[in-house]
Amino acid sequence: MPKVTYIEYNGTEHLVEVPIGLSVMRGAVNNNVPGIDADCGGECACATCHVYVDPAWLDKTGTPVPGSQEASMLSFAAEGEFNSRLSCQIAMREELDGLIVRMPQGQH
Amino acid sequence: MTTQPPDAYSIPLEAIDVSDPQLYQDDTWYPYFERLRREAPVHWCRESRFGPYWSVSKYRDIMQVEVNHHLYSSDCAISVLDPPKGLERQSFIAMDPPKHDEQRKVVSPAVAPGNLTNLEGLIRERTARVLDGLPRNETFDWVDRVSIELTTMMLATLFDYPWDDRRQLTYWSDVVIANVDAPDSPVHSEEEKFAELTKMTDALGKLFNERAQLPPKFDLLSMLAHNGATRDMPYRELMGNLSLLIVGGNDTTRNSMTGGLWALSQHPQEYQKLRDDPTLVATLVPEIIRYITPVIHMRRTATQEAELGGQHIRVGDKVVMWYVSGNRDPDAIEDPDNFIIDRPRPRQHLSFGFGIHRCVGNRLAELQLRILWEELLPRHPVIEVLAPPRRTYSNFIHGMRSMPVRIPLH
Ligand code: HEM
Ligand code: FES
Repeated sequence: MPKVTYIEYNGTEHLVEVPIGLSVMRGAVNNNVPGIDADCGGECACATCHVYVDPAWLDKTGTPVPGSQEASMLSFAAEGEFNSRLSCQIAMREELDGLIVRMPQGQH
Repeated sequence: MTTQPPDAYSIPLEAIDVSDPQLYQDDTWYPYFERLRREAPVHWCRESRFGPYWSVSKYRDIMQVEVNHHLYSSDCAISVLDPPKGLERQSFIAMDPPKHDEQRKVVSPAVAPGNLTNLEGLIRERTARVLDGLPRNETFDWVDRVSIELTTMMLATLFDYPWDDRRQLTYWSDVVIANVDAPDSPVHSEEEKFAELTKMTDALGKLFNERAQLPPKFDLLSMLAHNGATRDMPYRELMGNLSLLIVGGNDTTRNSMTGGLWALSQHPQEYQKLRDDPTLVATLVPEIIRYITPVIHMRRTATQEAELGGQHIRVGDKVVMWYVSGNRDPDAIEDPDNFIIDRPRPRQHLSFGFGIHRCVGNRLAELQLRILWEELLPRHPVIEVLAPPRRTYSNFIHGMRSMPVRIPLH
């Protein structure tokens, strides 16, 4: 099963197996990884599953389509960066095995 | 309680009108929505004193409306009651992109995680002082002594408003949300309301202008005064945005502070669970906000033909999302009528809305409530609620005006 490394704001790392098809958000929530709140449960409607994708992985995860719901929700997240994503919008694929994401100071 | 309401199940389905503010003042709305969720989840009310409107009562349908802001617009009106003709005020909660987005981003940093970390110590210190000053073995009004006091202090801090005049902000907040037909309203006509809001805009506008001349600071007025998106707002827009920022952060949190104690007093086994394990405050807080649902509804206006819950929505129709109902939808939330302080996913509720208008202050509201309960439990583990809260006559703000309590000597 592919694995994802979640890195909390304080540096704590969590290596988690995430089944193919599940979102990166679910991978965290189902394994009680703190730092991803996911208030809307994956509807792309709250922006509290904000993560920074490790730049080396950005080609594979892709960035939100300009004008999309994800892009507009992300634009309201605190401390948005070029590598910001909503983790509920990244579905796990074989080629994402090894993905590294970092969490912001807090979800907003 | 006034007159006995008609039985929600005996009247014809099409006659159900959940916009009647009396339902919320009397707290008798539950069976009407139970019926709507079952029999007409997207329900057309042909006649009401607010005109015809759709009621959306199920969690999933409400979410559909929230995320499709290009179909369901917030432009100009966000409650079933239309803005008063000729006296309209503009604010970003009642705007669509792109202007909404630009203005929301101006104030968002004030209530983002970084600044909340800075504010936490101050909020805690003040909360402790207010709680230490509460009388023992004496009946007092929880709303006035705790809920209003704490939220007013917060408002004064967010606006950096002269401390000794801070109850002025509370008064204006009450004016903004006032239903001018209610007997206990501070203002009795839309004209009178507008006149009071003019005084508010002039007072805060003076500070706004002063701060525009000073280096930027981290209060809402300074932030608005220094940003290109809000620096040169027309008068009515300044009035609208100031009103939004005063009410948004005030009444809702105030009512959660009152409603939380009320809910715990009605569920003594949950109250005991909390005393036994104070770490449950983390899940208590979002459960209070769900259970109380401080904003009863938000309204959108359809800008295109749309299908929703099997119904055909026409251009221009009013679409009302009843958060009180979605938060009690058993298809989305398990055992929704129960107040359970250790739910597994307690933030899965509609009280803050979702989508681009989702409450910008939601983490600040949670922080204030968390601190209140963290400081309250060690000081006053037992608070007796002596009577149910007196509620507001409104179909929009789920208000609690007073609630008598007593803290026993031991
Ligand atoms: C328990 C407390 C609170 C509740 C239940 C609440 C509820 C809501 C709701 C339902 C909305 C509209 C969502 C929508 O249209 O989809 C909203 C928006 C908003 N709230 Fe809150 N709120 C609370 C506390 C606060 C606080 C503390 C602030 C602080 C500063 C605040 C400021 C705002 C603002 C500015 C908006 C407009 C956002 C936009 O249109 O983009 N609220 N709130
Ligand atoms: S979980 Fe809400 S946007 Fe991702």
